[in-house]
Amino acid sequence: MKTFFSKGWRSLLVLLLLFIAWELIIKIMGIPEWLLPAPSKIFTEAFINWSDLTVHLLSTVNLSVTGFIIGTCIGLLTAVLLYLIPFLKESLYPLLILSQNIPTIVLAPLLVIWFGFGMLPKIIVITLVCFFPVTVAALDGFKQTPTELKHYLYMAGATKRQIFWKLEFPYALPSIFSGVKISATYSVMGAVISEWLGAKAGIGVYMTLASSSFRTDRVFVAIFAIMILSLLFFAIIRMLERLVVRWHDQGDDSI
Amino acid sequence: MTLLTIHNISKQFSGVHVIDHLSLDVQEGEFVSILGPSGSGKSTLFHLIGGILSPDEGMIELNGKEINGQRGSISYMPQSPSLLPWRTVLQNVLLGQELQGKKDKEVAIRMIEKAGLSDYTHAYPSQLSGGMKQRVSFIRALLCPQRVICLDEPFSALDELTRLDMQKWLLSIWEVHKRTILFVTHNIDEALYLSDRIIVLSEKPATITAEFTPQFSRPRKDGLLLTEEFLEWKRKIYYALNSAGK
Repeated sequence: MKTFFSKGWRSLLVLLLLFIAWELIIKIMGIPEWLLPAPSKIFTEAFINWSDLTVHLLSTVNLSVTGFIIGTCIGLLTAVLLYLIPFLKESLYPLLILSQNIPTIVLAPLLVIWFGFGMLPKIIVITLVCFFPVTVAALDGFKQTPTELKHYLYMAGATKRQIFWKLEFPYALPSIFSGVKISATYSVMGAVISEWLGAKAGIGVYMTLASSSFRTDRVFVAIFAIMILSLLFFAIIRMLERLVVRWHDQGDDSI
Repeated sequence: MTLLTIHNISKQFSGVHVIDHLSLDVQEGEFVSILGPSGSGKSTLFHLIGGILSPDEGMIELNGKEINGQRGSISYMPQSPSLLPWRTVLQNVLLGQELQGKKDKEVAIRMIEKAGLSDYTHAYPSQLSGGMKQRVSFIRALLCPQRVICLDEPFSALDELTRLDMQKWLLSIWEVHKRTILFVTHNIDEALYLSDRIIVLSEKPATITAEFTPQFSRPRKDGLLLTEEFLEWKRKIYYALNSAGK
């Protein structure tokens, strides 16, 4: 926490300066509110609309957390399977990369056609966005296990399973966490995109409503909400990482 | 009693003979050093005993049972400490036992204390010096249930002073536990100082060219390395190694 305050104040200051400049430019140039609202307007709107906003926020948080957890688990499982069964990796890896080339915007309506407006198509969208960074990061982590450590465990008579759980998996944890951090921030975007397709509540819904009624201030409220949510998710994963991968902070030159 | 028997083994890699009809007996509680020019197949010999490789010919027996290609029959200490960075010293030391199933924390803690590392029981490897890491690695090998410990040039990466310290320390621990040790090195002083028996390997393909059994009293006296007798032995082994290299 201390380091956050001693290092974080710089970026907070930059953000504050940015807001001030924004506010001043709008005042001086007289830009109309429907084109670009001033930050003060955006914050007051968020404040006034808070009770309505929380409903949307909670719905999005719920959706993205669910999708994120499912996506991360599937991502890890895929990585483990692909790593332990080389045949699967050779045959499925190209397919995984291709799965990332389908634009979500195109895929999402298709999923609605197939699965309706319920939770399922939304979860599928988020999962598709989330699993890939985790899979790639975990696979890289497994592969980078130092050969001398593996050699020692082989000589000591470890089984393949023991080598995986006692060596390769813990060794890959820092890599896995960097993948998880990426997918945590992606999950919010995924949730918003899936809400655009049709949902009862959510930041995505709030956003479409606002933009179709030319409430630019509300669009910005939605944008800020998404940013803050992403940051929050990122911070939570970072904290978890600190708890789990404690050895990594103390220098990793030791093998 | 003969604990480990290596009977007439040969190994070749894609047509190159690395080990050629090598035979060796190791008695229970014996400290045997294997000396050889670099690239003479010392490590291959260990990989064969450790079961990572299988010999093309011959048989390796441990306590009367064949262990060709069977991993986990010996306890092993590699050249680099190979400690897992996310485990504390205590957890690392227990790793070998963990792989075989049984853990004995009490004994491990006592062993760490005796090794002079009690302040570091719960420290991570990154907080230890090179010599300390090797001590931890050796304790791990000692705590393994297997009866033969194979050490693969364990001190070669350490500086001279630390190495001398470590040799003394190793002997002090070994003299208490009297485990059977097979020690690979390319340092004549080290082999002479530590072992009951020294085996000199030839250049590839490796066979045994000479065997020495220096009779220095245990525990080793200070200044042994500088006595006439020691230097006499060193000369003999040096010539044997030199002719093996040709």
